[in-house]
Amino acid sequence: MSAYSLELQGLTKQFGKTEIIRGVDLEVTAGERVAIIGPNGAGKSTLFNLISGRFAPTSGSISLKGQRIDGLKPFEINRLGLSRSFQITNIFPKLSVFENLRCAVLWSLGHRYSFWSFLGNLKDANELAENWMQRIRLSAKRDTLAMNLTYAEQRALEIGITMAGGAEVVLLDEPTAGMNNSETERFIGLIKEVTQGKTLLAVEHDMGVVFGLADKIAVLVYGEIIAFDTPDKVRANALVQEAYLGSLQEDH
Amino acid sequence: MSNLLSRYGLWLGFAVVLLAAPLMFTSNLSQTMLSQMGIAIIACLSYNLLLGQGGMLSFGHAVYSGMGSYFAIHALNAMGQGSLHLPVVLLPLVGGLAGMGFAILLGYVTTKKSGTTFSMITLGMAELVFAMSLMFSEFFGGEAGVSANRVVGEAFMGITFGPQRQVYYLIAFYTFVSVALLYALTQTPLGRILNAVRDNPERVEFVGYNTQQVRYRAFIIAGFFAGIAGGLGAINFEIVTAEVVGPARSGSYLLFTFLGGATFFFGPILGGILMVLAFVLLSEITKAWLLYLGLVFLFMVVYAPGGLAGLIMMNLRIAQTGALKRLLPSYAGLGVAMALMLAGAGALVEMIYHLQLDGGNGSQLPFAGWVLHTDSATTWGVSVALLAIGLLVFETVRRRFALIWSDIQTEIAAAQQAKEAS
Repeated sequence: MSAYSLELQGLTKQFGKTEIIRGVDLEVTAGERVAIIGPNGAGKSTLFNLISGRFAPTSGSISLKGQRIDGLKPFEINRLGLSRSFQITNIFPKLSVFENLRCAVLWSLGHRYSFWSFLGNLKDANELAENWMQRIRLSAKRDTLAMNLTYAEQRALEIGITMAGGAEVVLLDEPTAGMNNSETERFIGLIKEVTQGKTLLAVEHDMGVVFGLADKIAVLVYGEIIAFDTPDKVRANALVQEAYLGSLQEDH
Repeated sequence: MSNLLSRYGLWLGFAVVLLAAPLMFTSNLSQTMLSQMGIAIIACLSYNLLLGQGGMLSFGHAVYSGMGSYFAIHALNAMGQGSLHLPVVLLPLVGGLAGMGFAILLGYVTTKKSGTTFSMITLGMAELVFAMSLMFSEFFGGEAGVSANRVVGEAFMGITFGPQRQVYYLIAFYTFVSVALLYALTQTPLGRILNAVRDNPERVEFVGYNTQQVRYRAFIIAGFFAGIAGGLGAINFEIVTAEVVGPARSGSYLLFTFLGGATFFFGPILGGILMVLAFVLLSEITKAWLLYLGLVFLFMVVYAPGGLAGLIMMNLRIAQTGALKRLLPSYAGLGVAMALMLAGAGALVEMIYHLQLDGGNGSQLPFAGWVLHTDSATTWGVSVALLAIGLLVFETVRRRFALIWSDIQTEIAAAQQAKEAS
């Protein structure tokens, strides 16, 4: 039994002949908050897609709480306690806010494919969904269809759907993408609040967010992790400055 | 009490309508039609579990209702020969189990995929089963089909299911129970996750659900109710021919479910009623009924993709705000335009059909109280002119209507936002 919440070993992913992830090793302890940073095209989203089962890795292993999960389907990985959010909002547009959250809690509460119980009578699911609606501050929009929410509200719902199932390991793919500064600030507060006690991995571009949120930072460049350490040490790392912060300055 | 009534009032009303319908419409024709409507309602609702609830566009739903029909009619014959002891009342369940069995078998392959691939596979399955119906004539009865006598066994409390009215009440009972069960299904975890799979299958996988399993289960349930409809059909007609599993039948389920409205639960109920009206009445009025049906379908797809139910619900919503009266002049205009178009296009279609099919019977044909002369240039000219004017008026009124409509929608949205903000 490994002590790590999430452990990647020699992970690679090829699309055709192009190698996007080129041997990633990463060990995340339970309760740690890890920010994954890196220039565009470094493979951050691909890495999340591998861990969450959207793609199968070409080689290497992924372990969740000591159990191998590489090659499993997304729903199998989710049932083992790993949940993720998406960079491009991925919700149920034609269902209400409440129904979105209720869908997110049904499996984890053991209601499975039940067609012999009424949703209205599932006290645990309804209470949990209501509770999450409050936590993401969307109670006032309970019956609004998700497609009619504002962008910031949809992003909050995205986080709500991700967290409501109670997974211990959470991957957030650019949670603040597309938000303005004041929204981002409020949103980071929300994320900190709802991910309390969880093992968190987040891809993030906003450096303010990264340094405010993360216990550790992993720097991914061209499919390899070139540094994985506390924010201060990463900031001081010469390799990182050269490879990443340097290129970032060129970008802007 | 008032709480109970508001909750179950609609169901009570539905039951009363089902019970009273044959007392109001007493002719043989209307009793036959009412029976067929019940069957069509179950079939369309079961189809909509796939289309409207689960986002699965099936081109082969008749396979499941049709196999239900065949198993039920063979069971009926076995009951007649005394080799099977089963009350006729339970015969629809034989159909249901057959439909379910085939859905378990074929659906396992079909529901592995979603979207376009799903549709393609259902089409393939439908062709496969239809082709089999020509190969195995012992089971499918060849061109003559399989017939049976529904009056078997001892009469139970005077009920023999000989008279059409007794069959109607059997169908009405199954219709009520099926509608209630299918509605209940929409209020269960499986029903809701099925909606989620329709909206965003990818996300469903990341909240712990296997979308394939969700689709498969819904498909099996849809197959069961389709089989019930098929079994009732076997009792009602006492004959089953290969067309019950044919592509045309599958197509009509799709067409009428859509016309009724796939986005609302009660839409397919309207669709089922429309189906029987079209098949029985419209086909009596004109030989070109399929053409008209196609045109109506086209119009609906383009202008009212929510079907009849969608139209009703949108107008109800507007009526609640009291803005409906602003639309009434446009509705009147659209009505006139459609009447003109129907007169013009109808005259043209009927004349062409007359020339092609019974030109030997002279150049005159009756049309909605008039007499059309296929050899008169004036008749053709007036018909074309009517159609053209109709189209012109329709387009003009439609644009005006669209403007007012979007105004009202904006007002409703603004009012709602103001309400939320306060």
